[in-house]
Amino acid sequence: MTIHIRTTLLALALATVSLHAAAHRPWLLPQQTNVEGKESWVTIDGAISEGLFDIDHQALKLDGAIVTDPDGANSSAPTPVMGKQRSSFDLKLTKTGTYKVSLVNSAVMASYKEAGGTEVKRFRGLEADLAKAIPAGATGVRTMRTMNRLETFVTANRASTGALKPSGVGLEMVPVTHPTDMRSGETATWRFQLDGKPLPNFAFSLTPGGVRYRGVLGEQRLATDAKGETSVKLPAPGMYWLHATYPASMEKGMPETGPADIRRFSYAATLEILPE
Amino acid sequence: MKLHHTLALSLPMLSSWAVGAELAVKFEIPQLNVAEYHRPYVALWLESASKPAVTSLAVLYDVKKKDNAGTKWVKDLRTFWRKSGRDMALPMDGVSGATRATGEQKMSFGPALNQIDKLPAGDYQLVIEAAREAGGRELVRVPFKLPLAGKQTLTAKGKEELGAVTLQINP
Repeated sequence: MTIHIRTTLLALALATVSLHAAAHRPWLLPQQTNVEGKESWVTIDGAISEGLFDIDHQALKLDGAIVTDPDGANSSAPTPVMGKQRSSFDLKLTKTGTYKVSLVNSAVMASYKEAGGTEVKRFRGLEADLAKAIPAGATGVRTMRTMNRLETFVTANRASTGALKPSGVGLEMVPVTHPTDMRSGETATWRFQLDGKPLPNFAFSLTPGGVRYRGVLGEQRLATDAKGETSVKLPAPGMYWLHATYPASMEKGMPETGPADIRRFSYAATLEILPE
Repeated sequence: MKLHHTLALSLPMLSSWAVGAELAVKFEIPQLNVAEYHRPYVALWLESASKPAVTSLAVLYDVKKKDNAGTKWVKDLRTFWRKSGRDMALPMDGVSGATRATGEQKMSFGPALNQIDKLPAGDYQLVIEAAREAGGRELVRVPFKLPLAGKQTLTAKGKEELGAVTLQINP
C-alpha cells in the first residue's frame, strides 16, 4: 500500500476530525468579538478539542488562514504562535468594521488498482497531485474530496457587511443577521448554502461552549426551511459553535461501494451571543 | 397648573395628552463589599417597548479626566453604547455628568430634554444602565405608558450594580 503524504498535517487532521466529528471539534475562538478604539487588537485561538473551547487536545494548524477585512480584501492571517494544545495569533483591526477569519482545508483521497493489478492502492493528498498520483490505465478509481471550513467574525467599532460575502465554494453559512451583533433573546437568521446554492431542509447544530461547567452538552439540532434559511431565538449569552456537515450523516472513512466520486463538506463557525 | 392651562390654549393643535412632563428619577448605587471599588458609569435613557433608543437623558462618567479621556470607558455601558452612545459626541451639554457616589441619587429631566410630548402613544421604558470598572454591568427598566395617566410614581429594582430605581412623572 502506497500512501502519498503530500498534504499538510492539518488537512489530514481536519479530514480525520470531520470523519470523527463526535469526538473532537476544531474551532477558531476570538477572545472578543466586539472591540472599540482607534487601534484594536483581538486574540484568536485555534484548537481541536473534546470539550468545546477547552484546550484539551491539540493545536489547530493555522497555515493558510485568511483574514477578510471590512472592504472584502483577503490577506494571510498573522503568523501564529504554536503551542502543543493551542495555536494563537493577535489580529490588529486597523479599519472600522467587521473582519472574517477563515481556515479552509481541502483534501482528496483516492483508491485504485494499477493496470493489470489486483492490489488496491491508495492516495491521500491535494487535488493538484491527484492526477499525477494515479497511473495511466488504473482501474476501479474511487475518490473522496473533503472541504472543511472554519470561520469566525470580529468587529472593530461598528459592524459592517463587506467581509460577510460567501465565497460560493463548498458548504457555507451566510449570516443574514449580523454575526457579531446577536443578543440573547433576539432572533437570528442564518442561511446555509452549498457551492452558492441554498440548502433547504438542512440540519445543523448550535452548541454552547463550557460544557464542563454545565454538565449537559446543550446542543440544539436545527434545520433550514425550504429557502435554506432558519430563524433561531438566541439562547443564553456565550460563545457558540455552529456546525454542519454535508451530507448531514456519513459513514466513517471512504465508502467502498456506491458512487465512485463523492464530496464531503464540513462547516463550523464560532459565534458570540451577547447579553443585552 | 396655570402653566399647563396656558400651554393647552396656545397649542390647540396638539392632542390633549401631548403635554410635557418632568421626569424625576431616584436610583440607588449600592455599597458593595468588593476589593476594588470605582464609582460606576451610569446612563439613563428612554426607549419604546420595541427597544430602539429614543432619548438619551444622562451619561455619568469621569468628566474631569484630562483631554476628555473619561469617555474611553463609556463603551462599557454596552447596551447604551450600542443604542446611542457610539453616535454621541461627548461631552454633551445637559447629558454628560460626573459619576455619583454610593447611596440614593436624584436626577431630574425637564420637558425640554425628555421630549415625551413629542412621542406617539404607546409603551415606553426608562432604562438605567450601570457599569463599573473591574466590576459588573446591570440594566434596570421602568415601564410607563403614553399618553400619561396623570402624575405617577413607578419603581423597579436592580440586583447588584443598581438598587431601587424610582421614576416619578410630573405632567
